[in-house]
Amino acid sequence: MELTVVKERKNKQAEERSEKNVVYRTKNLNLWYGEHHALKNIDLDIYENEVTAIIGPSGCGKSTYIKTLNRMIELVPGVRTSGEITYRGRNIFDKSYRVEELRTQVGMVFQKPNPFPKSIYDNVAYGPRIHGIRDKKILDEIVEKSLRGAAIWDEVKDRLHTNAYGLSGGQQQRLCIARCLAIEPDVILMDEPTSALDPISTLKVEELVQELKKNYSIIIVTHNMQQAARISDKTAFFLNGEVIEYSDTDKLFSNPDDKRTEDYITGRFG
Amino acid sequence: MEKLIDKQRVVQHMNGRLLRNNVLKFLFFLATLFGLIVLVVLLYRIFTQAIGWLNIDFLNNFPSRRPENAGIKAGLVGSLWLMVIVAPVSLILGVGTAIYLEEYAKKNRFTDFIQTNISNLAGVPSIVFGLLGLTLFVRELNLGRSVLAAGLTMSLLVLPVIVVAAQEAIRAVPNQLREASYGMGATKWQTIYGIVLPAAIPGILTGSILALSRAIGETAPLVVLGIPTFLAYLPRGIFDTFTVMPMQIYNWTSRPQADFQNVAAAGIVVLLVVLIFMNSIAIFIRNKFQKRY
Repeated sequence: MELTVVKERKNKQAEERSEKNVVYRTKNLNLWYGEHHALKNIDLDIYENEVTAIIGPSGCGKSTYIKTLNRMIELVPGVRTSGEITYRGRNIFDKSYRVEELRTQVGMVFQKPNPFPKSIYDNVAYGPRIHGIRDKKILDEIVEKSLRGAAIWDEVKDRLHTNAYGLSGGQQQRLCIARCLAIEPDVILMDEPTSALDPISTLKVEELVQELKKNYSIIIVTHNMQQAARISDKTAFFLNGEVIEYSDTDKLFSNPDDKRTEDYITGRFG
Repeated sequence: MEKLIDKQRVVQHMNGRLLRNNVLKFLFFLATLFGLIVLVVLLYRIFTQAIGWLNIDFLNNFPSRRPENAGIKAGLVGSLWLMVIVAPVSLILGVGTAIYLEEYAKKNRFTDFIQTNISNLAGVPSIVFGLLGLTLFVRELNLGRSVLAAGLTMSLLVLPVIVVAAQEAIRAVPNQLREASYGMGATKWQTIYGIVLPAAIPGILTGSILALSRAIGETAPLVVLGIPTFLAYLPRGIFDTFTVMPMQIYNWTSRPQADFQNVAAAGIVVLLVVLIFMNSIAIFIRNKFQKRY
């Protein structure tokens, strides 16, 4: 009798501990674009200070899923969801959860570098400014810290007030990462952040991701399996809107459980 | 391997293709030339007629029964007064409508209906707007033949053009910029104010200024409103009656004395200068602030 109580307590503690480390918990998520059933019964836990890669062929729902995590998907007309995603224990679909609040915790880096047609400084300061920070000194500090964090400070420190469109594609993408860091997020979502970049810029972004995971939890969608294998701790394989397999990256790439995963990572389709 | 294309026949055809290429190029050039020549002839006639009549007095005088004393002051100042109403009213309403339709409104049958109607309104003859203004502003709201009544009528006339131009400018702002802003927790208004409008403003202003210069040159609706053509004083406020340059010119061209044709030509030159000035502002804004994404 006593033993079971102790056991239960231990179980509970273990649960709490793992609860703390889970950033995102997805339970039975379904999503439809009109009639098209794009995500089917997704169950996925995403952990703190890890890089979680999402791989899969085009149209498998991986971008849809990552855009659901900060509710950007709602910008698409005719989207319906069911099920639950909790971020740090709170259901993000709750009416009381304001989407602006969620997005200050969850930053996003997009497929194509999309700096604003403003100066480098104003790009990075945009996020803090919309959240009400006006103090020039604090803004200066945030801009420098964010640009350093995105490993682009040395390249742009002498031209902070020139237009961001003068940067190369790879620099622009790192600027977008800096812009995302400037709101001091907890999670960074990256939607194929290197697909528009050349190999050297890609490498820089990959190194940056390794650096960032010390302080942030990162979820990265990629169609590049080598990239997933190189930089992620956990990998989820999506196919036709379902999660086929989700495990440690090493395991998934060396010894997948599912035949379809094996076929995909060995290049038999997709 | 069997070839499906006979290279020899391709070469035989080559001459005909190249000839057609050159003939069409020439035809398109002629089409352009036609418009240009007509324009040059027109300008030449007007300027040669106007040349002796254009002077400071012409800008400073009120209309007169004697052609040598006639001036465009009442019309020039009146046209500026008209702009005092038309510019803010049509810009605020037009850009507001465009922002609502592009950024807020859901795409459904109702907004489709509105959209089609706005595009159609842009093609409605201006005299119809004059009738509307006469009924609504001059009579119903009892504004009389005032700057305000005429300004509101003209605002309605150019509103569809401004709405469509502003919508196109807003639509041209890439969606990825909006996504980036929303992705950082910006509200809709912050995104519109901080990202969409700064990027769209060159396009909005260019379209709007072109629409305003249409309002400056428009006569028909004001004729319907009963705006006077012979006025020897300036309006002191928006409730006073007034006249505008095109009305003045219209009046001069219908006078029997031959000299009034020259006065009209001088008036046309002044009107053209104002229009060119406004259009060059539009071009300046477009070149200066145009952004590439």
